[in-house]
Amino acid sequence: MRMRTRAAYGFLAPYLLIFATFWVWPIIYSFYLSFLATRIQPWSFNPTVTWGRLVVDPAFLNALKNTLIILVIQVPVMIALATVLAVLLNSQLLKARGIMRFAFFAPVVVGEAAYAAVFRLMFNADFGVINKLIGSIGLSPVAWLGDPTAAMALIIIAVTWRWVGYNAIIIISGLQAIPQDVYEAATLDRVSKPRQFFFITLPLLKPIILFCVVLSVIGTMQLFAEPFLITNRGGPGQATETLGLFLYRQGFTVLNFGYASAVAYTIAALAVLISLANLWLGRSAR
Amino acid sequence: MRSKSSSTLRRSIALHAVLVPLAIVWLFPIWMMVVFSTMPENAIFSPNIHLIPSDRFWENFLILQADTDFLRTIFVSVVVALVYTVLSVLLTSMAGWALARYSFAGKGLVLLIILGTLTLPYFVVVIPQFIMVARDFGLANTWFALIVPPLFNSLGVLFMRQSFSMMPSELFDAARVEGVREWRIFLFVGMPLARPTLAALSIILFLASWNNYLWPLLINNRPDMMTAPVALGSLIGLTKVSWGGIMVGAVLLTAPMIAVFILLQRHFIAGIAAGAVK
Repeated sequence: MRMRTRAAYGFLAPYLLIFATFWVWPIIYSFYLSFLATRIQPWSFNPTVTWGRLVVDPAFLNALKNTLIILVIQVPVMIALATVLAVLLNSQLLKARGIMRFAFFAPVVVGEAAYAAVFRLMFNADFGVINKLIGSIGLSPVAWLGDPTAAMALIIIAVTWRWVGYNAIIIISGLQAIPQDVYEAATLDRVSKPRQFFFITLPLLKPIILFCVVLSVIGTMQLFAEPFLITNRGGPGQATETLGLFLYRQGFTVLNFGYASAVAYTIAALAVLISLANLWLGRSAR
Repeated sequence: MRSKSSSTLRRSIALHAVLVPLAIVWLFPIWMMVVFSTMPENAIFSPNIHLIPSDRFWENFLILQADTDFLRTIFVSVVVALVYTVLSVLLTSMAGWALARYSFAGKGLVLLIILGTLTLPYFVVVIPQFIMVARDFGLANTWFALIVPPLFNSLGVLFMRQSFSMMPSELFDAARVEGVREWRIFLFVGMPLARPTLAALSIILFLASWNNYLWPLLINNRPDMMTAPVALGSLIGLTKVSWGGIMVGAVLLTAPMIAVFILLQRHFIAGIAAGAVK
């Protein structure tokens, strides 16, 4: 039975004070800000320079395009890889399980600044170890930071390296919730392992895979540190400029808070829409 | 019987043939971080491939320390991560306890707002947070700015609420009959019982604070109040900079977390997986 007592408010108050000040109020305030012209004092109501500008600003549309390209390639590749990894790492046949799991889970604890530094050095066009290895098997070096397509690929490689283990951990927890006797029955009926994967494992994992997709979509929509640090402020040119980086420039380089808030709400709206679309597709395919 | 074990062997070989090379590829960047941190600058930028650590770690560290007072930034990062973790665990445990163990007016509304805004991107709040802390409060480049705003994170509330609501009421009712006050029941009965969840939550929060990049980058840019990831990031953009030194910084940032991961792997994985069980 739940106690009815005023003590509850005492327990809740300290957290709620912080939560209201630094989360709820900012959500409301940035929506309001997104309608203000903030380049001139005093700030005035003028949505044409915020929301109106969004649809015609080529720099914003470029950032939107780049973010969606990364999203469409990176999220499916990473989730597919994470699912396969989860099944393999969960296998009874696996030797040296600890080391194997460590290899894929360790990137989860590596901070953005640290891994950005290593990737930037490894993928250096002239002296990077990746191009040296590519050269040693007789292929021509890739201008990872100078060629727009290669730079996008580098961002996708880096994000996938860092986050695939995180998703695999979540999917493994889903795998371990599947009762073993389902597989025993299937094996007795001579159902092959690949068929077991496609007709038992995948359908049962669907909710958790969708959860990972939603998490990854929200994360990728906010991609910032990788293009900021690895490809040097969205370079070459604006080829890897993402919505997160564009918001950073507008909000904290030019200090155009109103326009940056409109960008922030666009990111939020897109993240919610894409997530809902995924959940809806996942449901109707059942 | 023999055919069954030979097919098991074949599957085992196939499994390792896929996983072992992939694991090597995945470990490679972390390995190279260590290798680079021990190499002299001219070896990093030479045409030869170096895959084995050298012996220049200490020299590279001294260069890094001269480029930016890295030990100071590590100190800032450690203090911030520790204080943040303790405060966040305490605040969210109390809130989770209230939401799990009591019924009160407004409870449904609080839960609705927490759950309803859970997946909103952080970018939606970062601009008002910046305006508030830097301009309205005038608290840029302070401990407050680094520690307090990120405490809004509601992950702990949901973790702790789930943990507390699974405990049987009899545990607490016995104490109530004795006349023990509610805050003592929370502190001395509820919290000890929630230890596994507290461990997992603490690790996740510490890691998040230790690696936090965007907010410290925005709010604290004075050298003596920079966190280590921000200091490291600011070096990456420079043209004349020691990459061996940067890699020492990367190793110093990463090694403690790898150690925590290895020592507390079970809690760590539980913390990440718990995000999915809600």
